[in-house]
Amino acid sequence: MNDAFGHPQSAVVFGGTSEIAREIMALLVADRCRAVVLAGRDGDALEQVAKTLRSAGASTVEAVGFDATKPERAESTVTQCFEAAQGQVDLVIMAVGELGHQLADENDVDRVARMVTVNFTWPAAAMTAAAARLRAQGHGTIVVLSSVAGVRIRRANFIYGSAKAGLDAYAQGLFESLRGSGVSVHIVRPGFVMTKMTRGHQAAFFAVEPDVVAAAVVQGVERGQRVIWIPTVLRVLFLFFRLLPHSVWRRLRG
Amino acid sequence: MSQGNSHKMTRDSIPHLKIVTTPTTRPSPQPAHELMEHPRLLSGWGRTSPSASNVTVPQDIEMLSALFTTKDPGLRSPVTASFRLRQPAQGYKNSVIARGLGRSYGDAAQCAGGTVVDTSGLDFIGVIDPATGRVEVGGGTSLDALIRASLPLGWFIPVSPGTRQVTLGGAIAADVHGKNHHREGSFCSHVSSITLVTPTGVLTISSENDPELFWATAGGMGLTGVIANATLQLRRVETAWVEVDTERFNDLDSTMSAMEAMDHVYRYSVAWVDCSSHRGGLGRSILSRGDHAPLNALGPTLNERPLAIPRQLPKRVPFTPPRSLVSSSTARAFNEAWFRKTPRRKCGALVPLTSFLHPLDGVANWNLLYGKRGFVQYQFAVAPRHAELVRTAISMIAGAGLSCPMAVLKRFGPGSPGPLSFPIEGWTLALDFPVGPARLPPLLDELDELVAAVDGRVYLAKDARLRPELVAVMYPRLGELATARRRVDPHGILESDLSRRLGLTGAYNL
Repeated sequence: MNDAFGHPQSAVVFGGTSEIAREIMALLVADRCRAVVLAGRDGDALEQVAKTLRSAGASTVEAVGFDATKPERAESTVTQCFEAAQGQVDLVIMAVGELGHQLADENDVDRVARMVTVNFTWPAAAMTAAAARLRAQGHGTIVVLSSVAGVRIRRANFIYGSAKAGLDAYAQGLFESLRGSGVSVHIVRPGFVMTKMTRGHQAAFFAVEPDVVAAAVVQGVERGQRVIWIPTVLRVLFLFFRLLPHSVWRRLRG
Repeated sequence: MSQGNSHKMTRDSIPHLKIVTTPTTRPSPQPAHELMEHPRLLSGWGRTSPSASNVTVPQDIEMLSALFTTKDPGLRSPVTASFRLRQPAQGYKNSVIARGLGRSYGDAAQCAGGTVVDTSGLDFIGVIDPATGRVEVGGGTSLDALIRASLPLGWFIPVSPGTRQVTLGGAIAADVHGKNHHREGSFCSHVSSITLVTPTGVLTISSENDPELFWATAGGMGLTGVIANATLQLRRVETAWVEVDTERFNDLDSTMSAMEAMDHVYRYSVAWVDCSSHRGGLGRSILSRGDHAPLNALGPTLNERPLAIPRQLPKRVPFTPPRSLVSSSTARAFNEAWFRKTPRRKCGALVPLTSFLHPLDGVANWNLLYGKRGFVQYQFAVAPRHAELVRTAISMIAGAGLSCPMAVLKRFGPGSPGPLSFPIEGWTLALDFPVGPARLPPLLDELDELVAAVDGRVYLAKDARLRPELVAVMYPRLGELATARRRVDPHGILESDLSRRLGLTGAYNL
C-alpha cells in the first residue's frame, strides 16, 4: 500500500533498465519499497539492476522479459508482472521508449512504425492493462515518462516527439478516466536528460542528470502533481514556446 | 451518521443471537463481477492515501453475517469481455473491513478493492441497567449518541477519546484511551462482552468465555470480525460538569514532573505542549486536570439541571482550502495565543464535560483545515524510564522547524492484555503534522526507530506511514492476533489497507 506520503511498498517497472527508472527505484527501495518487478528487453541488464536493488534492501526483485515491438502481447506481459509481484502493486512506472535516429529513420516506413509502436502503442496498451488491474485493486499510482519533445514538435526529433505526444495525451485521458478510482496518473515531462539514450546528442539548455529527474518524480508523486516538469522552469518555458508562431519556433530550435 | 436526536431504542427488534457456524466454502462474500461496480473513495480522518471500495450498509446482524456467507456464482462464471475490466487482479480476493465514523487518522477503516462495511445501520442503545450501569449498545452507535442518551440519566461513558464522533465498534477495535488512562485504563477494560460477526459465524465473547478472541478484538483494528454490539459498563456521574485545574509551565521538564507528582489525584489529566522553539525553553505546556464535579460544586443556576448537556454551536470549515492553513507560522501564532490566554494557575473551574473531554468536537470537520493533502497524526508511547524520548521528539520537531499545531502529552497506566492494544505504562505524545514538508517523512521514520529501540510503539489507529518491519518490534505479541484470526477467519477475508501495509494480514511477502 502507498503510505500517507505516497511512498509505495511494491512497484512494477516497464523499461526496468531505463536509467531514470533505476534512479527512481533506488530512492523508493531506500524508503520502503520491498517488492519490485522489472520488465525489460535485456535479461542480463535487468538482472544487474535487480542485483543492485536487492542489495539496497528490496526483499523480492523479479525480472520479466518482453518485446515492446509486439503490443499484442502487452497484456500478457502486464499479467505476468502483476503475478510476479505476488500481491498488490502500488506503483507502475512506464519507462519504455527509444529515441531513435531522426535522420536515419524518417524515410524508413518500418522504422517509423517501430518507433511509434515502442514509444506509444506498446506503452498505451500496457497502461490500459495495468490501469484495469489497479482500478480493481482500488488504489495505485501510474508514473508515465513523457517528454517535452512531445509538447511542441521539433524537426530534429519529430518521430520520437510525436509518439511521446500521443502517449502524453493518452495518459492525460487515462488520468481523467481513473478519477475517483483511487488510482492516480502522473505524467513526467523532463527536458534533456543525460542518459545512455541521449548519448551522442548535443545537450540542450536545462539538461539534467537522471537522479535529478528521479528525485523530482518522487517528490511530484508525493505532492500529487498530475504533470511533473523537470526542471520546473520548463513548465513556464514551454507555455511560452507553445504560444510562439510557427515561423519563430522553427528558427529558434533545430 | 447517527446524531443524538435520532438514536433508536430498538433492542427488542434485534434477532435472538445464537452462535451460527456456517461452512464457508468460498473466501469471497460478493460476486466478483459486482466488485468495484460502484466504488467509493474512502480515506481516514487525515485524508491521506484514499482508496476505492464497495460500501455496504447492513441494517441488522443477519444482513451483516450474510455478507460473509453469500454464495459466489461470479467467480465460476466465464469471464466475458463486458466485465473483464472489473475483475479483481489475479490472485486477489475480496476482503472485508468494518468502518464506523471514519475517525481513524490513517488507513485502518478502508479496504482497497474490497468491501467496507459501514456500521451506521447497527446503531441502537439498549436499556441502561439502573443498578449496575451496564448497557448493550450497537457497534455503529456513536459515543455522542450514547452520551446524549445516558448523561441525562446520570451515566457517562467510562473512557472518552478526544472526540465523541467515534462508534462503539471503532472504540473497541482501536481500544481507545482517554485522559483517565492513568487511573482507569483503556476502553475495552470497561467492555464486558462483544457480539462479533466473523467469517465463520456470530460469536458472543467476553474476557471470561474466550479471552484469546476477546483481547485480540480489543485493539485488533477490526481484523477479527465486525463488532455488531457490545455491553459497556457506564460510570455514575452527578453532573455534566468537570472541575478543572489548569497550570502553565515554561518547560517540558517541570510539566512532566508535575504530572508524575500529582496525576494520581486527578481522574483526568492531559498536557498540551508547544512544539515550536522559542526563547523561554523547550516544550512549554498547559496542564489541565480535573474530575467530575459533584452536585454541591454547582452554583444555584446549574443546580437546577445538573445533567443537562450545554449546547455547543456547531461550527464547520466551509470548504477545503487548496493548501494547508496550518503552516509553521500559523501553528506558532496559534500556540503563542493559546499559551498567553491561559492563566498561570487556575483552580476548580467548572467546565462542561463534553468540551473538556472532547476538544476536537468544537469544529466538526477541522481536518479540512489541513488542505487537500491532509495531515498525519503521530502518537507513540514509551515506558516511564524512557521519558527522555518525549523530550527528544519535541526537540527534533522544533529543530526541523516543522509545524505541529497540536501536541498532547499524557501518562498511561498499565496496559490491557490486548496484543494490539496501544497503551503501555508510561508516557504518550500525540503530534499533528500537515503533509507537505519533505523533511517530515524521514523525521517520522527516524522517530519510529527511536521508539522501537526502547520497546515503545506507535498507535495503529493513527498510523498512516509506519514501516512494516517495525510493527512486530513495537507489538511483539502480534502472533496472538494471528492465532485468533486463524480460528475465526481461516481464509483471511478480514483485511484493511492498514493491515496490508503493515503486513498484519500477510498481503505482502516481506
